[in-house]
Amino acid sequence: MENEYILEMKSISKLFPGVKALDDVKLQVRPGTVHSLMGENGAGKSTLMKCLFGIYSIDQGEIILDGRKVQFSSPAEALENHVSMVHQELNQVLDQNVMENLWLGRYPIKGGLIDDKKMYEDTMKIFNDLDINVDPKAKVGTLPVSQKQMIEIGKAVSYNAKVIVMDEPTSSLTEKEVEHLFRIIRKLIEKNSSVIYISHKMEEILTISDDVTVMRDGKWIATQLASSLTIDNIIKMMVGREMTERYPQKDTQPSSEILMEVKNLSSASTNFSGINFELHRGEILGVAGLVGSKRTEVLETIFGINQKDEGQILVEGKEVRNRFPGESIKNGFAMLTEERRKDGIFSGLSVAFNLVIDNLDSYIKNGLLNNKLIKIDVDKMIQAFKIKTPSGSQRIGNLSGGNQQKVILGRWLLTHPTILLLDEPTRGIDVGAKYEIYQLINQLVVEGKGIIIVSSEMPELLGICDRILVMSNGHQSGIFDAKDVSQEQIMQASAKFI
Amino acid sequence: MDKVLNRLKKVSLKDLLLEKAIYVVLFVLLVTIVIIQPKFLSFGNFKNIFAQSATRIIIALAAGMVLIVQGVDLSAGRMIGLAAVISASLMQQADYAYRMYPHLAEMPIIVPILVVAATCGILGGITGVAVAIFKVPPFIATLAMQLILYGVSSIYFDRPPYGAQPIGGIKKNVTQMATGSIGVGQFQIPYLILIALAVCVIIWVIWNKTKFGKYMFAVGGNPEAAKVSGVNVVRTQIKIYAIAGLMYSMAAVLEVARIGSASNTTGNGYELDAVAACVVGGVSLSGGVGSVGGIVIGVLIFTVINYGLAFIGVNMYWQYVVKGLIILLAVVIDMRKYVKRK
Repeated sequence: MENEYILEMKSISKLFPGVKALDDVKLQVRPGTVHSLMGENGAGKSTLMKCLFGIYSIDQGEIILDGRKVQFSSPAEALENHVSMVHQELNQVLDQNVMENLWLGRYPIKGGLIDDKKMYEDTMKIFNDLDINVDPKAKVGTLPVSQKQMIEIGKAVSYNAKVIVMDEPTSSLTEKEVEHLFRIIRKLIEKNSSVIYISHKMEEILTISDDVTVMRDGKWIATQLASSLTIDNIIKMMVGREMTERYPQKDTQPSSEILMEVKNLSSASTNFSGINFELHRGEILGVAGLVGSKRTEVLETIFGINQKDEGQILVEGKEVRNRFPGESIKNGFAMLTEERRKDGIFSGLSVAFNLVIDNLDSYIKNGLLNNKLIKIDVDKMIQAFKIKTPSGSQRIGNLSGGNQQKVILGRWLLTHPTILLLDEPTRGIDVGAKYEIYQLINQLVVEGKGIIIVSSEMPELLGICDRILVMSNGHQSGIFDAKDVSQEQIMQASAKFI
Repeated sequence: MDKVLNRLKKVSLKDLLLEKAIYVVLFVLLVTIVIIQPKFLSFGNFKNIFAQSATRIIIALAAGMVLIVQGVDLSAGRMIGLAAVISASLMQQADYAYRMYPHLAEMPIIVPILVVAATCGILGGITGVAVAIFKVPPFIATLAMQLILYGVSSIYFDRPPYGAQPIGGIKKNVTQMATGSIGVGQFQIPYLILIALAVCVIIWVIWNKTKFGKYMFAVGGNPEAAKVSGVNVVRTQIKIYAIAGLMYSMAAVLEVARIGSASNTTGNGYELDAVAACVVGGVSLSGGVGSVGGIVIGVLIFTVINYGLAFIGVNMYWQYVVKGLIILLAVVIDMRKYVKRK
């Protein structure tokens, strides 16, 4: 008798330092179906799939594929066992052609040489079967994203995949391309493959799926037939969590004085337009939105990392240009970037260096940098922020993520900014350090600064912000008072322009 | 909390050992030489080692700055060559028979020094513009500059009336810079050593006591983060290459003084010696890490190998083997630091 499920993941748990990324999660995929996996950013969808695919090892639970218990230790092993994944970020060798990418690592060999002819024919056969219209000899780098994705799907089929995971495949596709993708998915289903489909787009999910599993905070919430669900049902399940005492009390109200005004801000190169908002003195303004909604890009444009094409930024009624970060810093801005490792810390250099690098002008005495003055500020910051480090000369790379984040926050505060742009300030930080960072933020608004926070964690935004601006696909889809808005409303606004 | 601190302490002790490994190497090298030939321990020998290292230290410090900002300078040797022929042609004695410019009046040495400083500063700046603004990989930009400079210095050098003859007859007050010394008590300290020392002090101050120096390390350590921090990455990089050019020109004048002549082969290959000394001295090839002390030690190690091994009668070819091994060892240590950081 055939198994009821082609893939069954049972009570999967996965721990990362400081976080339980997956907690007793289950997933049951029926053969020949599309199974959608839904949840907010950080709900654990991608982590679960990476566990399946052998990128992460699981700490608990078991995976049963086609009636057989499996535990892949690498993506290669998963592929050999007919499990395949089309990643959100495509990993392809852009300078090679389509078929070379498709058969990478297992080129057909004839007489010691690569058999180009067979490779071409095999590729064409797969593409014809799936109704994919891509030239196997085209260079991958020259193709649009939609076609690159098709190549990946073709690759999955070439491994005779029984389970194909698609992680946000439509996030950068046009409507027409999505239709084409759906046709291909239906062909895969006809061949009795199963597709695990991850997306934020509700309409799509209800169109293409047979089953839907919802996850939240690393936990399994429900698995239901798509035909029995509505968009509202799904949103409720995705966000329906309880708010606990995770956020410190904020005692002050923003003043009525407008600190900064952004008028009709647009940037063609990063694809957002029409951003309008005011930031009051002493206010915390949150920015919500899904991955790809251009939240980060808006902050980076205000700070001058990206160039704006249109619009104005006014600070206390006067226009500022903020063409590059140095100018923005002079205008009283500070920005904590999203990826601490990439563009935040100088990991090989000391905590002290990392603290004072933006503020060197204040330590110059007789034309030279004065170590005593530097040490005073470094010690003051280490103490005030409770940075856990033996001394200022410790390499910052040796500190935990939370402490690194405090150092960077400290770096910016030493420049005495009036407007702080914080992009995911608590990402990858354990709960305790998060609380300390919230307290610091509260203290800053008491001092009359204005703060903008981008975060993927909706409860965090609701917990600490005064107002929340919602971005959707490069547009501003609303500004809400944090006291009156529900997570459902924010979710709906986030999906408005998708 | 205590646990965390203990762990951090342990890590930094290991770091310390890794960081200082190069001093251990120099020490072992010296001890070995002394054991084989105790006479090696003399003021004269050490004076010679330092004096022979003087110009190399200046070159290596310049090359080190470029390495710290994630670059590499292959044009150093040829830039020294160009500065050498230009400065030599302007520093010939008035009564020398084969003057390049027979009718040129003798001029104070500061003039040729400034001429080549300006020339090399601008040329370095051009390399910097190629790297920082046009994003040409440093390896390629400086390789191209190396070829151009060799061509230009050969054209300048090899022309009538005397053709490709070394530019000799350098004025005495110039050669004096290399051969002269100053008496301190009973010891004679060569000017060369004092000049190198002065350069070391100035560079140390720039690296450690100025905003520019800190920005150099920031740009080298993480250009993205430096940009976000408001550091003008492009300007910092251009300045670094220009300053390196200035320092090469200085080294070139000292080389002319030391050798007493210049030709288009002067300086050939110096860039790789400099990079090797930097690497051995703990400058990270991935950028952002390096110290004046380390680079000086790096240069000294190579001079000790040259001078010391010759002193105890080791075959010259073996010296290459030892040098190669030491470079490898140094990079292995550097990579271990890097891997650990991840």
